[in-house]
Amino acid sequence: MSLLKKTATEQAQALAAKQISATELVQEHYAQIKAVDNEVKAFLYLDEKNALAQAATIDKKRAAGEKLSPLAGIPLALKDVMAQANVPTTCGSKILEGWRPPYDATLVTKLKANDVVILGKTNMDEFAMGSSTENSAFGPTHNPWDLTRIPGGSSGGSAAAVAAFEAPISIGTDTGGSIRQPAAVCGIVGVKPTYGSVSRYGLIAFSSSLDQAGPFARTVEDAAMVHAAIAGFDPKDSTSINSPVPDFVSAARKKDVKGLKIGVVKELSGDGYQTGVAEKFSQTLDLLVSLGAQIVEVSCPNFQYALAAYYLVAPSECSSNLARFDAMRYGLRVGDDGQRSAEEVMNLTRQAGFGREVKRRIILGTYALSSGYYDAYYGSAQKVRTLIKQDFDNAFKSADVLVSPTAPTTAFKIGEKANDPLAMYLNDIATIPVNMAGICGLSLPNGLASEDQLPSGFQIMAPAMADDRLYLVGGAIEAALKDKWGKPFWEFAPKLKGSKC
Amino acid sequence: MLTFSEAMTKFEPTLGLEVHVELNTKSKMFCGCATEFGAAPNTQTCPVCLGLPGSLPVVNKRAIESTILIGLALNCEIAPFSRFARKNYFYPDMPKNFQTSQYDEPICKNGFLDVQIETDEGPKKFRIEIERVHMEEDTGKSSHVGGATGRIHGAEYSLLDYNRAGIPLIEIVTKMITGTGKYAPQVARAYVTELRDIVKSLQVSDVRMEQGSLRCDANVSLAPISSGKLGTRSETKNVNSLRSIERAVQSEIERHANLLSKGERVVQETRHFLEDSGLTRPGRSKEQAEDYRYFPEPDLVPVAPTKELIESLRKKLPEKPSERRKRLQQEWNVPDKEMTAMVNADLLDTVAQTIEAGAEKTLARSWWMGEISRIANEKNVVPTQLIAINDVVELINLISTGELTDKLARQVLAGVIDGEGNPKSVMEKRGLKVVSDDSALMQAIAAAIAAQPETAEKVRAGNIPASGALIGAVMKSTGGQANAARVRELLLKHLGQQP
Ligand SMILES: [Zn+2]
Repeated sequence: MSLLKKTATEQAQALAAKQISATELVQEHYAQIKAVDNEVKAFLYLDEKNALAQAATIDKKRAAGEKLSPLAGIPLALKDVMAQANVPTTCGSKILEGWRPPYDATLVTKLKANDVVILGKTNMDEFAMGSSTENSAFGPTHNPWDLTRIPGGSSGGSAAAVAAFEAPISIGTDTGGSIRQPAAVCGIVGVKPTYGSVSRYGLIAFSSSLDQAGPFARTVEDAAMVHAAIAGFDPKDSTSINSPVPDFVSAARKKDVKGLKIGVVKELSGDGYQTGVAEKFSQTLDLLVSLGAQIVEVSCPNFQYALAAYYLVAPSECSSNLARFDAMRYGLRVGDDGQRSAEEVMNLTRQAGFGREVKRRIILGTYALSSGYYDAYYGSAQKVRTLIKQDFDNAFKSADVLVSPTAPTTAFKIGEKANDPLAMYLNDIATIPVNMAGICGLSLPNGLASEDQLPSGFQIMAPAMADDRLYLVGGAIEAALKDKWGKPFWEFAPKLKGSKC
Repeated sequence: MLTFSEAMTKFEPTLGLEVHVELNTKSKMFCGCATEFGAAPNTQTCPVCLGLPGSLPVVNKRAIESTILIGLALNCEIAPFSRFARKNYFYPDMPKNFQTSQYDEPICKNGFLDVQIETDEGPKKFRIEIERVHMEEDTGKSSHVGGATGRIHGAEYSLLDYNRAGIPLIEIVTKMITGTGKYAPQVARAYVTELRDIVKSLQVSDVRMEQGSLRCDANVSLAPISSGKLGTRSETKNVNSLRSIERAVQSEIERHANLLSKGERVVQETRHFLEDSGLTRPGRSKEQAEDYRYFPEPDLVPVAPTKELIESLRKKLPEKPSERRKRLQQEWNVPDKEMTAMVNADLLDTVAQTIEAGAEKTLARSWWMGEISRIANEKNVVPTQLIAINDVVELINLISTGELTDKLARQVLAGVIDGEGNPKSVMEKRGLKVVSDDSALMQAIAAAIAAQPETAEKVRAGNIPASGALIGAVMKSTGGQANAARVRELLLKHLGQQP
């Protein structure tokens, strides 16, 4: 029987019971990738040989009776923004083509320590800048629910891989919604952990003060399991938080929201949402009430400035973070004919190596940091961040978690917004405040929008280091919806051509 | 052409000095790589100091403590909260194309340093106000191969060594130094000397200018006397000896004065000091001030030293170099002039260490300042590069015990410098030993008397000074190795006189 549609938790049980070997499980996923990925295009690189070797080692350990991590032998897809030793790491950019990092990101080290099998690297918007994966230098990824549509972004490859059963779990990064929005439009679970709770060492920076890696999975409990494996203090990351990690998995299993106060953010509901998405959101609120939760309305007046402030902070930091891609030490080098100066080669390489959106943001950020403009732009944006934090602090005084639709619409058509950056930026309107305040957020599927039968996402937000609340509320909603539908959400997904499940 | 002293009758200079000190921490500012000088290129690097994608910095606690120590020694306020900032510009020797530095929130600010210079009108004191002391990381090093100048322009290719990239660097910036008048070059030198001695006494840096662990940039501007205005400044980069600082400041003052008195404009630019000519040449023009787009480094958390840490560091502060000089001068009982000479020759510590190791005080001073300095000067090296302190101690002790005469000691010194071994073994190898053996000396005395019977008679008759010729003959026949005092004693006794 195929295990592809099983959750990571179920796959782990099958491995523990020796009903299947890690090698078989990994092989089965590679077979699925080969069957569907020519159309989905979730992966940029498959590390098949090493993954199978690793699976064989895990099987030996298990046979020898070694005590293993619950994730041992579970396949995972890794966003190509994370450094993995000796494996090509491109960030979806031509400028890094051919670069193989000499080191593992801390997150990768932790996954390896848990014997998670990394199948390969997934597609993304170049340097994580985008909401559709169309900005990848290697072509877009396609949404498994409708191949003509975007899988969201920037972690579109990682989201699509899980939605297409190419991997049960994956890793993305979220700077302004890049995990939660793809999770929403691909109909899976995605979590943006509290800033500083998962090490950024080895995460190739887009915007250092906003970037955070987190899990994708098909269930809340699977996401909790991955999150638990990658969280924790890292002395290599100065912004890493040194405090105990809450028990995410227990929270996910509790499925009890009685008496919890759920805050609906006034500024993140109402106008601007696709009708079907708004409908699903209010139905989910009703569901929470039926589960014994209490709905309260909260106001966060400064959220209206979040998007504008985000598009000053993120480009400013990226203009500096991406300066190192200069052809001198690694990656692409253009125009080095023995005549041109280093400066000319830098210019030509950056001209050829970066895509339009990356250049747009570098220019924006360079401008915003310029002397004479700094206070008006970067300085003001930082003040807005403080105000957004205060809004959250106030809101969390009257609510245990806050909720909103994750994205304003379901997956749109590939190419639909490619030439309208402002429309594209609006995709992240509901997800950006969480990053600006450094708190945590989760998106889970809450049904199909009535007008297009595409997945809609429900966002839960919790205070910093209270990520367990995301799993508590998410787990309860997920269980209630499964009861209502009589099947897990992914059973609604159309079968992909050639799919093994 | 205006001379310096003519220029000083018309203009008054304003100085600004920026000194970079490489700390001697075992590891770099933001990673664990070693910092040893002179290792093979790119062997002391890692993903962090190479700026590889995804890598992150972590602050070296020791570097922060060292910086606070420097700040305290310079009478600065220590900020309870300070931040790192990114200074953005493209250069191949900078792996991230930004330097992690400090901008508007330095760790130490508002200090001062008093310096004293010797002038024709006697010693003069100046208070140099310190604006800030901040932390940053050093860049890598590029060497340009091919082309005539060794500069990037015209080179065939360039080599990059990132061993230096990320070494902790402290920048000490003065406020505008005014009111020095014609003493500006001397004040500049005295300031850097004093600063160097302070940092050295804190043991936080090797402060070796020739290795670049202390570098100075000198800003100079000139305005007509009493104009109340500020002239356009030039910045002379990386002046790498104390003497060069004095020369560079003087040469810039002369250059500015000549331009201004011809009614020309001083260009705001970076200049490079040329050791050979003592002049400066233009570097990058700074007419359009470079925009470094500083912003707070998001990968680092603010530095917030506790009061307890600051106070515990304050307790560690050693005796101030100026106070130590005063104390040593009293202990050694030397005149001001000789003290100043030792300081200027940069031999004060060396002499102090020689004395501490057991050498006689006067001999220690005279050997370092005399013969050793003379040879070092000839060979164009620093005296301490010529001979180890413990060899000098041994040499002086041999003189003190009478085993070597001054003349023999010079020969032994030459042998030690030529690498023949330590003083004792040079003595043995060269057979340089004072002859104090009476019977050997008596033989030589008899021979001298036989050769000069009339002189001997004069001495016998009571003409003691005449004995000099006989003693000289004995010294000559023994190749200078005889103990002259003993020869005199034996000779006079032999000729029936009271020694
Ligand atoms: Zn390093």
